[in-house]
Order: sequence, then C-alpha cells, then structure tokens
Amino acid sequence: MRARDIPLSAWLGLVGLAMVLVCAIFAPWIAPYGENDIIAGVWEPGSHASWLGTDNLGRDLLSRLIFGARTTLFVALAASVLSFAIGIVLSFTAAVSGGIIDQLLSRFNDLMMSVPTLIFALVVLAVLPQNLLILIAVMAALDSTRVYRLGRAVALDVAVMDFVEAARLRGEGRLWIIFREILPNTLSPLLAEFGLRFAFAILFLSTLSFLGLGIQPPAADWGGMIKDNKDGIIFGISAALVPGAAIAVLAICVNLVVDWLLRRTSSLKGGRGDG
Amino acid sequence: MAISMEQDRSADRRFWERFPLVALIARRLALSALLLVAVSLLIFGGIEALPGDFATTYLGQSATPQAVANIRTELGLDRPFAVRYFEWLGGALRGDFGKSWASRNSVSEQISNRLGNSLLLAFLAAVIAVPLAVALGMLAVHHRNRITDRIINVVSLAAISLPEFFVGYLLILLFAVNLGAATFPATVYEGMALGERLKALALPTATLVFAVLAHMMRMTRAAILSVMASAYMETAELKGLSALRAIVRHAAPNAVAPIVNVIALNLAYLVVGVVVVEVIFVYPGMGQYMVDAVTVRDMPVVQACGLIFAAVYILLNMLADIIAILSNPRLRHPR
Repeated sequence: MRARDIPLSAWLGLVGLAMVLVCAIFAPWIAPYGENDIIAGVWEPGSHASWLGTDNLGRDLLSRLIFGARTTLFVALAASVLSFAIGIVLSFTAAVSGGIIDQLLSRFNDLMMSVPTLIFALVVLAVLPQNLLILIAVMAALDSTRVYRLGRAVALDVAVMDFVEAARLRGEGRLWIIFREILPNTLSPLLAEFGLRFAFAILFLSTLSFLGLGIQPPAADWGGMIKDNKDGIIFGISAALVPGAAIAVLAICVNLVVDWLLRRTSSLKGGRGDG
Repeated sequence: MAISMEQDRSADRRFWERFPLVALIARRLALSALLLVAVSLLIFGGIEALPGDFATTYLGQSATPQAVANIRTELGLDRPFAVRYFEWLGGALRGDFGKSWASRNSVSEQISNRLGNSLLLAFLAAVIAVPLAVALGMLAVHHRNRITDRIINVVSLAAISLPEFFVGYLLILLFAVNLGAATFPATVYEGMALGERLKALALPTATLVFAVLAHMMRMTRAAILSVMASAYMETAELKGLSALRAIVRHAAPNAVAPIVNVIALNLAYLVVGVVVVEVIFVYPGMGQYMVDAVTVRDMPVVQACGLIFAAVYILLNMLADIIAILSNPRLRHPR
C-alpha cells in the first residue's frame, strides 16, 4: 500500500479525521477560551475576539466546538469499540458453535433488531439514570446487534473453510478457532463495518443529545450545542448550524474513508469490478 | 374417531402442499404476530427490569417512603407484574393505552390526534422520495463508472452524512426566516385550511425526503448492480442480446424483489426519521409526544408510542418479505 494508491476522496477524509482528532486531544491548548467561560453577550456575531461568535449564554462558540469534538469523538468511539467487542465475540461464538447456542443468540438478535434503534434507545433511556457510562453502554448494546448480523454472516463463510476444519481436527479449542483462524480472515470487511458503525455512532449520539437525552449540559457536545442554540434560528441567528456542519463534516470524512475501504475489500473478492 | 383425525391431518397436509405460497405467507404472518408479542414483552418488561422509578423521580427531594408508596399504589405499580402486563396488552389491543402519569390525560386520545399527523408527514415524504430514488439509482447504474455515477455517488455519500437537524435548520433559516416562503414552527391544528397545512408541511417533508433519498438510491443502485453482475446477465450479453432486451427480459424481473425490499426498509426508516424531524419543526406528531414523555419519564406514553412505532416497523418489514416471496419463486422453497 503506497500513499499515492489512496484516492483523493479518501485523503480528504483522512485529513479531516486527523484535524478533528488533534482538536479533541489538544482541546485545552487550542481553544481560545474555556469550555464554560462566558465571554460576551448572547448570540454575538463573529469578531476578532471570537471567530464564530457566541452561543445562547454568551460562551465562545469556537471553544465549545473544540471541546465538543472531544466529547463527541470519545463517546462515539467508546460506543463503537464496545459494540464491536460484544457483537464480534457473540457472533463468532454463534457461528463456531452452531446448534442451540446459535439459534438462541440469533433469534434474540432478530428480536432486538425488530425495534428501530432510536425508538429502543428512547424507551431504555426513559428509565435509566442519565450519565455518560450508561449512554455509552446503551449505544453499544443497540449497535452490537448490527455488528452481530454481519459478524455471523462473514464468520459462517469462513467457518466452513478447510483450514478451519483442519484446526478443529487438530484439536484446537473454540477460542483459538475464533481468534486465530476466523478473525484474521474476516478483518477487512469488519474494518469497513467499524467505520460505518462509527459514523453512525456520531450521528446517533448527536441525535440523542439534540433530543436532550444524550450528554447533559454544561458539558459541550455537538448535538447538545444545536439544541442550545436552536431557538436563535427564528431570529436569523445561524449559531445552531455551526455544530451541525461540524457533525456533517466529521461524518462525511468517516464515510469517505469507509467508502475507500469497502472498495478495496470488494476488489479483493474479485467479481466483475462493480463496487 | 382415530381414523377421521388421521384423514383430517392428511387433508391438512395436502392443503399446505397444494398452496405452498399461502403456507409461507401464513407462516410469515404468524412470525410477525409472535415478534410483536415478544416486542411488547420487551418494552413492558424491560422497563420493569431496569432500575429507576417514576415515583422517586417525580417526588425528587420529598420522596419519603410513605409518599413513594402512595404514588405507587395510585398508579397501580404495587400489583404483580403479570397482571399489569396482560391488562396493558389487553388495553393496547382495544386501542386503550391508559392514562398519562404526568398529565393524567388519556394516552389514546393524544395518540389518535397525533398518529394521523405523523403518518401524513411520512406518506408525503414517501410519495416524493420513492420514485425519485429509484429513478436516480437506475440513472447511476446506466452511467456506471462514468462521471454522472461518480457525482451521484459522492453527493449521496455526503447526503447520508448530513444529520436531519442540520438540513432542517438550514431549510428553516433559508426558506422560513430569510425568504418567508414557508411557515415555522410547523404547527397544524384541526380545521386548518389545506393550503396552510401544506405550507406548514413543506419544510418537514423536504427534510425527511432528503434524509431517506440518498440511502434509498444507493441501495437501489447496489441491488440493480448485483443483478447485472450475475452469471445469467453475462450469458445474455455473450449470446448477443441487446442491452435493452437483456435488461427488460432478464434483469428487471430479478431486480423487483430487492428494490421493493429496499423501499420497504427505507419506509420503515422514514417512520423513525419523523421523530427527529417533528422535534425540529415542533410538529404535533407521535415523535414529539414520545420525546417529551421520555424527558419526564412518563412511562405509559413511552410504552404506547414505542409499541406503535415498533408495530409499524415490523409491519413494513413483513410487507417487504411477503412481496419478496411473491416476486421470487426461489424463496418459496427454502432449502
């Protein structure tokens, strides 16, 4: 893999992701003001002192955007990593074991997937106390059903291969077969899926925060910032659009990278070259 | 007696064998009904099993054990789980979802007003989005790997990533605030004139269309492409059929099922998409009702809305499966 083999669109995505990542990691040093510092009047337009203007409480929009990158990225990443851990372990176990374990897990997964994710999240969050860990856990649990579905499909394809059979006959245990035989051979579709799930997690988290059920104030988070500033829209103040655009750009960047990964995966599989 | 039962059973079997299609569809219907019961149990039981209690939340600081017990008795929470579940399910089947805990009003009354609003919004969006998506998908396949396809691909990729609230507020700022061409908030009420109502619905509908269009189009494109890449299309091409004939005779009949499937799945997505769009536009539908109820932990409302949304979703998925079974004979004989 050389750098010039990567298409322009994927480069754009990678650069965008890197920028958001830098903002997230070095937020306190990059941001001109603190996360909750009130620096001026309410909804002031952009100026030299604050480039993007101020929000509904007079806080610097740019600073909150940079701090928000941290929260949004961290929660979305944590949720997708956790959902992958759950989904892959369960789906591979189901594919390798077969029989009653497979049936039980798969039918339960069907049941979970028969309720739309957002509706399920609303029902669950109506009961649970609101804090960060629970939010991550709920997002991960709901998302892992999608990972499970894909994981089981790709694992079943690999599980019937001769080298898996050979490993079984050698007397390898279930864990060896899952992690040493199947996982390495399914890594590339799973990687693309991880990107997709991550983009989805960003949008989902923002949606929940926008509905007032995600990250709770005063912590800055992009979805919550839209909620805070949405009332300004009627007066023609575009403060709510700034975090919205940030979410969109981040999701587009992730999708551009994923698109490239998917293309690579499908070209590895052969076929007539239709992505 | 034993003989007649034997006969009955063989007659039974012959009926299913004679009409495998009916059997398959009946099985799918039964599966959906079962799924619906399981989901209702999940929604009702899940809320029971999870920690957190309306009474304690509602009373806040003044939650003495006595006050909590009083509220629990008043709401009927002290009775056994099974009794309450079957009462709730029986009520739901008759269209009675009990009373809201927060406002003490009938939930069904609220829902009957709002469900129509939500369905109208989803219906309008579907009527616009479905033909547009299929046409664009076909266009992309027709110009496969050429510049038109590339443009459609990149634009749709971007559109998928745009959250509804960004598109929604952008439209509000442009059309309602700057141009004054549409109304915001999109309040509708009974007895509203049709023109006014459509004017209020324009922006929410546009947002919803935008939210599902790209998904639907990409899936249509993928469905047609996978048919085009199949062996029989290669054969048709190799035996010298014209492109048009190959598409009409071989590709189209095989692409119907996947495309219909795509559309039904996205209509299901539409039903969920209304939740966010309704909150953005302050549109009095089911979604807004549910979100408001979640913030104050008003369980009867959350359960009722959750069940209805899930039912619509399951119904649409079932419809997609049945149409797929009808249009593809291979699915009628599962191996």
